[in-house]
Amino acid sequence: MAVAERSFAGVPRPEERPSFMRRLANQPVGRLLILPALVYAILVTQLPFLLTIWYSLQRWNLNRPERRAFVGLDNYWFLLTRDPTFREAAVNTAVFIVAAVFLSLLLGLLYAELVNHKFPGRGIVRTLLITPFLIMPAAASLTWKYQLFNPNFGVINWFTRSVLPGEVSPNWLGNFPAGSVITVLVWRWAPFMMLILLAGMQSISEEVREAVRVDGATAWQEFRDITFPHLSRFLQLGGLLGTVFIVQEIDPIYMLTKGGPASQSTTLPYLVYEKARESFDVGRGAALGVIVVLISIVSITLLLRLLDRLIKEA
Amino acid sequence: MAMALPGSARRRVGRGRSNESASTAWAITAWIVGLIAFFPVLYMFLTGFKSEAEAVELPPKLVFNPTFENYADVFGIDFWPFFRNSIVASLSSTALVMLLAVPCAYALALRRPKKWKDVLFFFISTRFMPPAGAIVPLYILFSANGDPKLFGFGLDLLNTMQGLVILYTAMNLPIAVWMLRSFLEEVPRDVLDAARVDGAGLFREMTQIVLPMITPGLVATMFISIIFAWNEFFFAFNLASVGTSTVPIFMVRFVTGEGLFWAKLAASCTMGVLPIVLLGWVAQRQLVRGLSMGAVK
Repeated sequence: MAVAERSFAGVPRPEERPSFMRRLANQPVGRLLILPALVYAILVTQLPFLLTIWYSLQRWNLNRPERRAFVGLDNYWFLLTRDPTFREAAVNTAVFIVAAVFLSLLLGLLYAELVNHKFPGRGIVRTLLITPFLIMPAAASLTWKYQLFNPNFGVINWFTRSVLPGEVSPNWLGNFPAGSVITVLVWRWAPFMMLILLAGMQSISEEVREAVRVDGATAWQEFRDITFPHLSRFLQLGGLLGTVFIVQEIDPIYMLTKGGPASQSTTLPYLVYEKARESFDVGRGAALGVIVVLISIVSITLLLRLLDRLIKEA
Repeated sequence: MAMALPGSARRRVGRGRSNESASTAWAITAWIVGLIAFFPVLYMFLTGFKSEAEAVELPPKLVFNPTFENYADVFGIDFWPFFRNSIVASLSSTALVMLLAVPCAYALALRRPKKWKDVLFFFISTRFMPPAGAIVPLYILFSANGDPKLFGFGLDLLNTMQGLVILYTAMNLPIAVWMLRSFLEEVPRDVLDAARVDGAGLFREMTQIVLPMITPGLVATMFISIIFAWNEFFFAFNLASVGTSTVPIFMVRFVTGEGLFWAKLAASCTMGVLPIVLLGWVAQRQLVRGLSMGAVK
C-alpha cells in the first residue's frame, strides 16, 4: 500500500563522498520537483499510521495513564472476541457500504440517463441533481434530521399522514436508524455516481446510437444493449470510489443518530471516534483504526488496479 | 473504447424530435426527479427566511413573508468567527496544496523520473486510507505534551488553525496531484520541445509556457480543494475547538447548545453551504475529473 520512498542513489564521485546537499542538487530535476510533496505526504499520512499500529499494541487509557503497558495483540483479541459493539459495528459497516454504494449507483444511473437526453432546462435539472453532493454533510444531515425526519414536524411524516391512509407517522431515526442514515448517504452520493456515469455515457459514439435508432430500437433497448454494457467500467470506478469515500463518512451518523439507538447505526470508523475521543481508550481506538484500514485495503487495492488500467488507456 | 475521449469527440447525446409526446414526458419526469432531490436544500433555504413559528408549521408554507431576522440573529451568536475560520482553513490549505502539487504533477507528467508510477500510486493510496486510521496518534501528536514515552514533546497543534491546515493540505494533495497530472498530460509535446529548443529553463518553461495553458485545470483543482476543505468535519470536530472551529462545528454546537430553533439553524446552514454550492455550480464540469482522480474527463 504505502510505497516506501526509494533511496536516492545519486552516483557518488570516486574521490570523496559528496555532501547530502550536493547529492540532492545532482538529482534529476524530476525527482527534485516531486520531493517536497512526497516528503509532506509521508510525514503527515504515513507516520501517524505507523504510530496507530504501535499504539494498537498497548494498553493505554488516557484516564489511567499509569496502567499503560505493551500488551501485544490483546486489544485486537478483545475487539474480535469480547466486544459485542465491535461485531455489531462490523455488520453495520458492511450493510451501510453495500446498501449505500449499490443504491447510489442505481439512483445515479437514473439521474444520468435522465439528463443524458435533450429537454428544456436540462442544464438546470443537472445542477439541481448535483447540489446534494455539494452541501456540507453536517448541514445536510441536520436539515434531514429536523425538517424531514422529525416525527411531528417533519415534512416526510406530514406527507405520509396526509397521503397514506391510517395516520402513518413512524419515528424514522428511532425505529429505522440504519435506513435513515443510508437514505441520507444515498441522497448525497447519487450525484457523484451520476457525474461519473454521465461522463461514461457521453463517451459513447453518436454513430453507434444513431445506428440502433435507425434500426428502430426503443429507449430501453438502446440503454440495455448500448449504454449499459459500455458503462461497466464506469460503474466499477463509481462503486470502488464510493466504497472508499463512504466508509469515511461519519458526519451524517454523528448528526443523525450519534450511532444509536444503542449501537444500531454505529459503523467501525464511528466506533474509532467513540473509543478514542469519548472513552479515551487509545489502545483499542488504535486497534480499531488498524482494522478499518485493513478492511479498506481490499477495495483500495481493487481501485488502484482499475485506475492503473484507466491511465494506460488514456 | 477509450475511457476518455478528447473534448471535441464528446458530443451531447439527444433524441431526435420525432417523438414529441415522449420527449415531453421525459422532460416532466426529469424535472420531477430533479426537484425531489433538490427539495431538502430548497426547504432549508426557505426555512431560513421564516419566523420560528412558521418554520414548524405544517403543511409547509411555500409562500410567506420573508424575514432576515434569523440571519441577523445567527451573526449575533458568533457565527462569523467560524465562517472566517472556514475561509482561512480552506484557502490557506489550498494555497499550500498548489505549491506542493504543481511541481510534483509537472514532474510526473512531463519530466518523469524513474518509478514515477509508484509515486503516483503512493499519493492516491494516502487519500483512500480512512482518517479513522490516523486520528488517535494525530490527537496525541498534536497535543501540548505529546506521548511522554515517544518523543517527549507535543506539537501543540490541537485547537489551532495550523493543525487543520496541515491536515487539509495532506487530504487534498493527492487529488490535486492526480488532477493536475491529467491536465498536464494534454499539453502537446511539440510546445515543450519548441520551448526547450528556444533555451527556456525549467522555471520559464513551467511558469510562462505550460501553466498558462492549463489555467482552467489549475482553477478547477483549487475549487475542488476548497470544496473538500470547507466541508470537512472529522478532523475539525476531533482536533479543533472553540475559537478555531469551522462552520460544520458551529452547526453541532448550535444544535446542542441552543435548543431547537429551526429557522435560525436553517439560516446558518444556508450561509454555511452557499459559498461552496456556488463554487460547485461553476465548477460542475470539472468536478467529475477531480472526484475520479483525473481518470474520467
